[in-house]
Amino acid sequence: MMSVHYETKTYDVLVIGAGGAGLRAAIEASAQGVSVALVTKSLLGKAHTVMAEGGMAAALSYVDADDCWQAHYKDTIRGGKYLSNFRMAELHAKEAPERVKELEKWGAVFDRTPDGRILQRPFGGHTYRRLAHVGDRTGLELIRTLQDKGIHCGIDVHMECTMTHLLKDGDQVAGAFGYWRESGRFILINAKSVILCTGGIGKAYKVTSNSWEYTADGQAMAMKIGAELIDMEFLQFHPTGMVCPPSVKGILVTEAVRGEGGKLANALGERFMKNYDPERMELSTRDIVAKAIYTEVKEGRGSPNGGVFLDISHRGADYIKRKLPSMYHQFLELGDVDITKGPMEVGPTMHYTMGGVRVHPETQEVLNVTGLYAAGEVSGGLHGGNRLGGNSLSDLIVFGQRAGQHAAEFAKQQTILPKINDEEVKGYAEELVAPFERDSKAETPYQIQADLQELMNNKVGIVREEQGLKEAIEELQVLKARAKVARVDGSRAYNPGWHLSHDIHNMILVGEVVARAALQRTESRGGHTRLDHLQPDNEHWRFVNSTIRLNESGELDVSTYEKPQMDEALRDLFEKSDELAITQSKQKI
Amino acid sequence: MMMSLGVVDREFHVFRGLPDADGEHIGEVKSFTVPVQPGWVVLDALLYLQAHNAPDLAIRWNCKAAKCGSCAAEINGLPSLMCKTRLDHMPLDKPVLVRPMRTFPLIKDLVTDVSWNYEVNKRITPFTPYNDDQSTWRYFQEDADRVQEFRKCIECFLCQNSCHVIRHHRKFNHFAGPRFLVRLASLEMHPLDVADRIPFTKEEAGIGLCNITKCCTERCPEGIRITDNAIIPLKERVVDRYYDPITMLLHKIGIK
Ligand SMILES: Cc1cc2nc3c(=O)[nH]c(=O)nc-3n(C[C@H](O)[C@H](O)[C@H](O)COP(=O)(O)OP(=O)(O)OC[C@H]3O[C@@H](n4cnc5c(N)ncnc54)[C@H](O)[C@@H]3O)c2cc1C
Ligand code: SF4
Ligand code: SF4
Ligand code: FES
Repeated sequence: MMSVHYETKTYDVLVIGAGGAGLRAAIEASAQGVSVALVTKSLLGKAHTVMAEGGMAAALSYVDADDCWQAHYKDTIRGGKYLSNFRMAELHAKEAPERVKELEKWGAVFDRTPDGRILQRPFGGHTYRRLAHVGDRTGLELIRTLQDKGIHCGIDVHMECTMTHLLKDGDQVAGAFGYWRESGRFILINAKSVILCTGGIGKAYKVTSNSWEYTADGQAMAMKIGAELIDMEFLQFHPTGMVCPPSVKGILVTEAVRGEGGKLANALGERFMKNYDPERMELSTRDIVAKAIYTEVKEGRGSPNGGVFLDISHRGADYIKRKLPSMYHQFLELGDVDITKGPMEVGPTMHYTMGGVRVHPETQEVLNVTGLYAAGEVSGGLHGGNRLGGNSLSDLIVFGQRAGQHAAEFAKQQTILPKINDEEVKGYAEELVAPFERDSKAETPYQIQADLQELMNNKVGIVREEQGLKEAIEELQVLKARAKVARVDGSRAYNPGWHLSHDIHNMILVGEVVARAALQRTESRGGHTRLDHLQPDNEHWRFVNSTIRLNESGELDVSTYEKPQMDEALRDLFEKSDELAITQSKQKI
Repeated sequence: MMMSLGVVDREFHVFRGLPDADGEHIGEVKSFTVPVQPGWVVLDALLYLQAHNAPDLAIRWNCKAAKCGSCAAEINGLPSLMCKTRLDHMPLDKPVLVRPMRTFPLIKDLVTDVSWNYEVNKRITPFTPYNDDQSTWRYFQEDADRVQEFRKCIECFLCQNSCHVIRHHRKFNHFAGPRFLVRLASLEMHPLDVADRIPFTKEEAGIGLCNITKCCTERCPEGIRITDNAIIPLKERVVDRYYDPITMLLHKIGIK
């Protein structure tokens, strides 16, 4: 048996994940005067956040003076199909401007307005020009700003360190266990509170814009110690990913291309968005544009490689190269297409996980687990049935800050560190090294992941139906069984096959959560489309969120809860016709 | 450039190895045949190898979209991003050689220890605005442009890997390397920043060791004009401060 020895470190607050949410949380917690560890399974500055392109939404009102938090709130609620947590949406809209300005204080260099302030661009579903941005590399600016701030805050950063299990002492979180990727040695971090900021689940899908890191670790770890996942049927398929050549299929084409005036056309040269959302056209919400593209392709009006055309060339080469430099290079270098001269081919790609760990709307504390907090894409609530572009980066800094503050306050109230059960930890270590002992003729986890991705894409993808979902749930059991006997070659030192042998369980578990939540919601709404229930079913589903937890015997319990009413004052912001307009608009598919 | 049509079997020579106690790269180049599809980048081929031939092959990558700077390596001798190097742009008749970045200690196979870079960054004085009243801050796109070019850096460390001062002369303790001269430039030229990093640039960052060979600029995947736009202007500031008699005098009597 391989060594299951582990080292132990102790902190007041442990932050797992160093994307926008994790970095912001760590900075806040350390500002409260507690000791903080920030753990990331990549190098610092490489988290998924680095890829974000278009911008972060905040009603700064620098470009459109009429913008205000109330307008941002309304847009978010409408975009989320009334399923967002109302309190989270309110806090998000109110606090985003302050959080964005703070980035400038820490050295971020946003694009400028003619009078020298932060420039804001239009984006789908936002009534006003609202997205603070830096060309098409806003995520890089966000992460580098937070990184360069964070390294001077006394935070201990542990890079390439993967956490595999959350630990508990009674009802309270006690820390986390995992390994250093470089050596494969085990590490335990014993902490008074833990903040999960591990991001989404995109690597369970074949066509995705998501990075290597998106293996659903946080969702799975949290469930295993009693947390609930909500709204997991709602996945955002971004309307525009690259489609050609096949190796780049899924890589994102930022919505900023449409924000800057890009037009969508089908093979007949028709601007088809006029048939789906004549008012907002290309700047309709993502769920609607993605389904429109899906429909065009399905009905035979697609481009040669199974997408549609997106054209920005009318804006001229200089403008494109200045406002969309990464897109220009991405297409030139990876796709052999010059977007200043002609259209690009685009199609939907799995992009964002709306659902996630159920948290308290103000403190971000995870329901059912004392001392555990979650922020960023791993958490659920803010985006409801569909996320507006730009609302994620603002989510990260608003709720990252809140989580950091509350986790630190909680830690300060604890006089002693929670206890660790050494036997339990050794059990986890043995579970992790078990694949090395298996039959050397067994399969490696790579093929299992490929099969999972194919399955999720086909049966739990942009459109679903009962039959396919039921089949998917059965096939997932087969994958689960295969993953249990998959083999690992080589040693524990920097061994991606070994890493995947554990991550694959997370993806399969959370894949099943998505499938079961999708099966339960017998209607179509936002990022969830059922071919066998094409219309929204307001009578049963309008104000109902889904929730899933692991029960004692390791099975998934699926249920729903009714969302709390919107505050009267907030409800008055909406016109009488509003709910009707939303619920009656026929979602064409 | 046209994409080749259909799948082509191509030969890859991939370094596999582990470090010795000093981080030296100990190992050998192994050869593999990979059925390469149209449009593939080097990273696609290596991921294929992981899935089919070498499940424990160590590669560092995240985004596969040339945005995170994780996948730096040396491809046919040229420091490059594996996710941005197209196979159909390389000669078909020769094997594709992939090795880890030479300059840094090895961790395993194609993965190196780049932690030195993070240590250098910590020593740089962070952004220091001229006042706390943000409502008064105004600056224009022209001013932003200059700094934004530097802030495009994805920290792939290819420039560090290419610079002879570190690569051959191993001046890790005396030279910050092009990446951090770019970072220094982004702060020094920030329209709102007032900290003085010129002494640091001269002494600790060792800008004088750079003899403007431009190897760094050539390898930057973000097209940052490291030498012309960052290093040379910084060198001029150092010269002005330390070698121009009038500035030296003013500085001595306390006027910056
Ligand atoms: C191409 C692209 C473009 C986008 N553009 C925009 C945009 O313009 N505007 C917008 O608002 N949103 C955008 N998004 C969405 C947004 O970028 C993400 O939702 C957001 O960055 C997620 O941030 P996060 O902090 O939650 O997590 P991430 O940035 O994903 O960070 C996750 C962190 O957790 C770590 N981690 C994960 N698992 C473990 C583990 N087991 N152990 C230790 N560490 C772990 C990772 O290493 C990483 O550090 C875009 C997304 C993509 C893919
Ligand atoms: S120009 Fe200077 S920094 Fe760049 S590679 Fe040459 S010596 Fe190094
Ligand atoms: S300056 Fe260019 S080459 Fe150097 S680290 Fe940054 S992106 Fe890479
Ligand atoms: S994998 Fe991100 S730059 Fe290559």
